[in-house]
Amino acid sequence: MSAESTDVRDRYWQKTRNLTILVLALWAFFALIIPTLVGTLNDVTFLGFPLGFYMIAQGSLIAFVVLIWFQNWRQDAIDDEFGFGEEE
Amino acid sequence: MALIQGRFLDNIGRVYGIYTGGFIAFIILMAILEQLGVGADTIGILFVAFTIAIYALIGWLSRTMEVDAYYVAGRQVPAVYNGMATAADWMSGASFVALAGGIYFGGYGYMAFIVGWTGGYVLVNSLMAPYLRKFGCYTVPDYIGTRYGGNLARFCAVVVLVVASFTYVTAQINATGTIAARALHIPFSVGVWFGLLGILLCSMLGGMRAVTWTQVAQYIVLIIAYLVPVIWMSNVQGFGIIPHFTYGEAASTLSQFEAEYGLNPPAEAIAGLSVLMTPHTGPVGEYAEWKFVTLALSMMAGTASLPHILMRYFTTPSVRSARRSVAWSLLFIFLLYFTAPALATLTKLQLLDPSLPTAIIGKSFEEVASLAWIQNWSSVGFLAITDQNGDGILQLNEFFMRPDIVVLATPEIAGLPYVISGLVAAGGMAAAMSTADGLLLAIANALSHDLYYKMIDPKADTSVRLIVARILLICIGALGALIASLQLTGILGAVAWAFCFACSGLFFPLTLGVWWKRANRQGAIAGMAIGFLSGSLYLYLVNDWDGAGAAYPIMAPWIGLDNLRFGIVGMAASLVSMVVVTLMTPAPDEEIQRMVEDTRVPVGPPILAAKH
Repeated sequence: MSAESTDVRDRYWQKTRNLTILVLALWAFFALIIPTLVGTLNDVTFLGFPLGFYMIAQGSLIAFVVLIWFQNWRQDAIDDEFGFGEEE
Repeated sequence: MALIQGRFLDNIGRVYGIYTGGFIAFIILMAILEQLGVGADTIGILFVAFTIAIYALIGWLSRTMEVDAYYVAGRQVPAVYNGMATAADWMSGASFVALAGGIYFGGYGYMAFIVGWTGGYVLVNSLMAPYLRKFGCYTVPDYIGTRYGGNLARFCAVVVLVVASFTYVTAQINATGTIAARALHIPFSVGVWFGLLGILLCSMLGGMRAVTWTQVAQYIVLIIAYLVPVIWMSNVQGFGIIPHFTYGEAASTLSQFEAEYGLNPPAEAIAGLSVLMTPHTGPVGEYAEWKFVTLALSMMAGTASLPHILMRYFTTPSVRSARRSVAWSLLFIFLLYFTAPALATLTKLQLLDPSLPTAIIGKSFEEVASLAWIQNWSSVGFLAITDQNGDGILQLNEFFMRPDIVVLATPEIAGLPYVISGLVAAGGMAAAMSTADGLLLAIANALSHDLYYKMIDPKADTSVRLIVARILLICIGALGALIASLQLTGILGAVAWAFCFACSGLFFPLTLGVWWKRANRQGAIAGMAIGFLSGSLYLYLVNDWDGAGAAYPIMAPWIGLDNLRFGIVGMAASLVSMVVVTLMTPAPDEEIQRMVEDTRVPVGPPILAAKH
């Protein structure tokens, strides 16, 4: 393996890692932080729901779906940028 | 066969389109038959028998004698269809039957399952699936064995996989038995073997290929069966056309009724049945938030470690399509999981709100006792009303119900036709069968590929390997059915345990295998063995084995970490031991390090040869 390609791989992995860290931070917010605040959030009403209940029944779930699509969109862009995108 | 396969993949959208149309036509036909006076029992039998016959037909058409097709469906499953198959693989009898009932009775605390079982896919997508797909393995222990090297590491992974999956599969065979027994009017012990027969018909001849295409079919049935009753009920009862976005008022109103009727324990408990004692929307009690987060975390890490899910992503054509298929999986799973709280809320409101015609709380006893659905479910002992305070009025704490009948009873409470109940039975059957198939295949593949082929007889030829795989499939299925027929575990307890076993033993060895180049064999073995053993030991100590409920026989759980959350203890032990042992022993050699680097890049040949 040439020095250059090692360098490309390192930069690729760094970007991938940063994206993953961002995604995991957002994941932790919706999966771990929000549920601990439900009691407080329930004082707020959202679409007729108590907000805390809404978040664990729907809000966080929607966030997870969006998060995965977001990650795949960004990861595909990173893959293509480094020429690691596959032929489909 | 190659020709047919090619044609099938080109026409896949049309094939499943026709199938979906056919299923809807079948539902309409059943509705017409019901109007013509055909009995409810006949309709139930037709629903279950017809759908199982279709799955068996797909299983037969997908038969194969090729290793690649048997283990990973030839690695040519398009992302969307793999998403559907994963969703069916994922949503078990517990999700389908027990989840809404759990929310009905457990409120906030129980919703940790909803958050955990969806949020886990974020971990699957960001930490595991694309990298394991690049690796090109057939099974999860195949990855562990190659990444860390050596038969001991492979063997540890096989043990964790078998324990976790077997715990889970017993619950699924139990669920198929329950539904078959109810729909076909046969004894439970016969229903279990009948369910197993259906499960094996889908998987034995075609392995992963057959399971994939039946799971897609099963997803279509189960999602229709879950959504149609909820939306229908919502329209009949005036909760809005699509209730998911409009039940906020209902959720808010519930706390009023909770205050009005009082959430009190019953004067006299009835074994196996519950009364509503938990508020619907908010946390209550000591450690409520902590218990939510630890349960959700165990379920999420378990999701990312359960081999029957991970191996679904080995079947896609590329790394990118593996990622895409995780996204589809979660979307398809989300459709059911965001419906369950709506179902639980609306069913509860129907029973509590005196302004609705379906309300029973606060009504006189004679009136409630004369309702058909109360009589039907009381007669089988799944529901009870007793006037414990002697005032002739049904109080909230005098209405007893088994949590897992909420989904099944809802159509009857709302007064929907019987055809809906038949549809729900078919959906529950599809959910339990598809999960059981995935789990049985995961166990049988690990034993045949990793234990038999890689460790015992590496020279075995293809036909012998595939025959061994099938014999194992039958034996494990039979063992599962035998244990299920003894009815040793409740449906949901066993499911949560499977997740905790899986994350205790496998989460860190799998994740760090990709994300920490320095991780070595000794560390991984320590992580699997110590994590799994300490999790299991903790479960043994805190579990309430005699089912008495109040006292813990050996020790009280630490800070609320009870028998559903022992994965937290196991994972902590696993992480610490893996890191410490790895740092105390030499770094892996150059070849392994290069393997890890190759795993991280989507392009290039897979680490393991296409046929191995």
